Amino acid sequence: MTEKNETILSVDGLKTYFMTEDGVVKAVDGISFELKKGETLGIVGESGSGKSVTNLSVMRLIPEPPGKIAGGTVVFDGINVLEMPIDEVRKIRGSRIAMIFQDPMTSLNPFLKISTQLTEVTRLHLGHTKEQAREHAIKMLKLVGISDAEQRIDGYPHEFSGGMRQRVMIAMALSCDPELLIADEPTTALDVTIQAQILELIKDLKDRMGTSVILITHDLGVVAGMTDKIIVMYAGKVFEQAPTRELFARPANPYTQGLLKSVPDPAHEQGKELYQIPGLPPDVAHLPPGCPFAERCDRAEDICRREFPPFVEINQDHHSLCHFAAEVYASSAPEDL
Amino acid sequence: MAKLTKLTCPACGATLNIAGTVSVIKCKFCGAESMFDPQAEAAPQASVDKKVAPAVRHKPGNDDLILLDDLEVYYRSGGGLLSASKTVKAVDGVTLGIKQGETLGLVGESGCGKSTLGKAILRLTEPTGGKVFYNGKDLAHLPKSQMREQRKHLQMIFQDPYASLNPRMTVGNIIGEPIRTFGLAQGSSVDSRVQELMETVGLSRRFVKRYPHEFSGGQRQRIGIARALAVDPKFIVADEPISALDVSIQAQIMNLMEELQAEKKLTYLFISHDLRAVRHLSDRVAVMYLGRIVELANGKEIYSDPLMPYTQALISAVPVPDPEIEAKRERIILQGDVPSSLNPPSGCHFHTRCQFAIDACKTETPQLVQIKPDHFASCIRISPEHPSIAENAANNLGSLSG
Repeated sequence: MTEKNETILSVDGLKTYFMTEDGVVKAVDGISFELKKGETLGIVGESGSGKSVTNLSVMRLIPEPPGKIAGGTVVFDGINVLEMPIDEVRKIRGSRIAMIFQDPMTSLNPFLKISTQLTEVTRLHLGHTKEQAREHAIKMLKLVGISDAEQRIDGYPHEFSGGMRQRVMIAMALSCDPELLIADEPTTALDVTIQAQILELIKDLKDRMGTSVILITHDLGVVAGMTDKIIVMYAGKVFEQAPTRELFARPANPYTQGLLKSVPDPAHEQGKELYQIPGLPPDVAHLPPGCPFAERCDRAEDICRREFPPFVEINQDHHSLCHFAAEVYASSAPEDL
Repeated sequence: MAKLTKLTCPACGATLNIAGTVSVIKCKFCGAESMFDPQAEAAPQASVDKKVAPAVRHKPGNDDLILLDDLEVYYRSGGGLLSASKTVKAVDGVTLGIKQGETLGLVGESGCGKSTLGKAILRLTEPTGGKVFYNGKDLAHLPKSQMREQRKHLQMIFQDPYASLNPRMTVGNIIGEPIRTFGLAQGSSVDSRVQELMETVGLSRRFVKRYPHEFSGGQRQRIGIARALAVDPKFIVADEPISALDVSIQAQIMNLMEELQAEKKLTYLFISHDLRAVRHLSDRVAVMYLGRIVELANGKEIYSDPLMPYTQALISAVPVPDPEIEAKRERIILQGDVPSSLNPPSGCHFHTRCQFAIDACKTETPQLVQIKPDHFASCIRISPEHPSIAENAANNLGSLSG
């Protein structure tokens, strides 16, 4: 077990490429971040930005071919996961690093009882006997707020609602007391009231068990209340990285600014046109030489289309991939200061 | 059942339901005993009820393009040799008017019947009871052949733009199909109409020969919108049109829908679970829970002053993209899931998850009544005189409806 404030996961220069008919798709292209014990990191981005691939790479779940981890290191608790034999990685997966996915229906086997699926993990990783595993599974179901766990454990996934299935997934993910939980869009398929329950549950379990969490989402509202720091991804690159409060209060990247502005604000007068980022996310197989966001950016200049932007350090914890990061940061200062 | 008379306790102000003609009443809240003459009290109470009740019904007005009158969609579910089939009341007596040119937002959790309601208006799901008036015509009882004709005026945009587009048809054929089906254009004028529609929704006309899989989610939704617009409809049911899209693309589609509405004088029923989007797009918002409309008000008011405990919880559950607000906020976390519509709770459907529920909520079925001007809610614990459920609960006000 790691000590507090110790780095549990450190990703450095991670590159994951996919060989397609269209050429090499650089789904993740040089991503670095660190996660400390007990911390929650949010990864925000649109579809195709590489946020899920980053985490699949950390878990070594990239199908090869067509995928390939082309470079970088992923150090989990002192060991480079990318250089481990795959058998060793399997031992870590599910026991020390657990993952929950967006769609709880497709990630549960519809033909197997919940009990079978829940006990499999602990029998494999913790060497539980059938009875121990069942007892543990019931305990976990209770922990995630499923009432009548003793009866419901013998049900099949289709007998559970979406929110309940996601609870089962969380119970499964946490059954081996992992040090790191990767939650990939865990609430996207759920209703808001159920989303609030699940987020509250993750927050509560994180506090109780001291688990570090990586929360992947496209919803800026979800990360605002849940995370300590945030990475904004676009076209396989980290566009901005900052502590949560700073990112929302003073974004230093035009893409982040655009994302923040394009969410309807409840206080905002109805009928007023919503800010929209024009155009579409770029085709990652055919990225332009300059900034991948230049085409959609309202402050892009010639240099943006010509040269790839630098990763500018605003301060120790705040970085932005933009030729004009400092100017954007200055312009997003609160007006009353 | 004994006739109930509503009385106000002079000591604590609580409302008491009195059966029969007793003359000495003990208040169940404060214990004070007082003298009442039920006969004298009963008369004014009844007249108040009469005044409130008719306000609920939406009469076909001049500005109502669509009028749903007690619309019901019931399904038979299960049933076999040994078990009786059950009835799912997906839409359970909805009376609602949609005004010409407005966007009516319809929100609720999954399984509340909001999509079924949208489909029932277009008869993509057959209503089992009630009426759907469009321009004064009852669509629910039109013969199928005549209904087909009406679909020119009523169209739908679906949530999953991939599942709702035929993968083997080119974009040109997808958008052109309704034009040909309804004979709105012939020969090469179909193509020019298709290209015109593609430009209207922001797609390049170069894409006309491409297939749906070659497009991103946002572009596919634009194709779906172009197809709906092909017949020049008056009314569009948009069923979760932005839920499957990225944030930056959601804003684009919402803006597109608003532009098209202004340009073509469209009327929308915008169905979504995303309260932020609904708030942004809708003139009025209806909140649905297990087949019934439980609150209806203009978009601004439903957000700033939700009356129903369910609406309050729904709004409180929406995460705000501001860490400062999120840190301070007290969320109302609803317990449990939406109950099964196979076996909905008695009385007020919401009483199983409602923090303000009292015994009467289990038995009395609340009516959608006007609480404030143009603000309707369906809760027995609130009334025009006492609109705040939290205050009423604090003051121990019981059932306020008749």
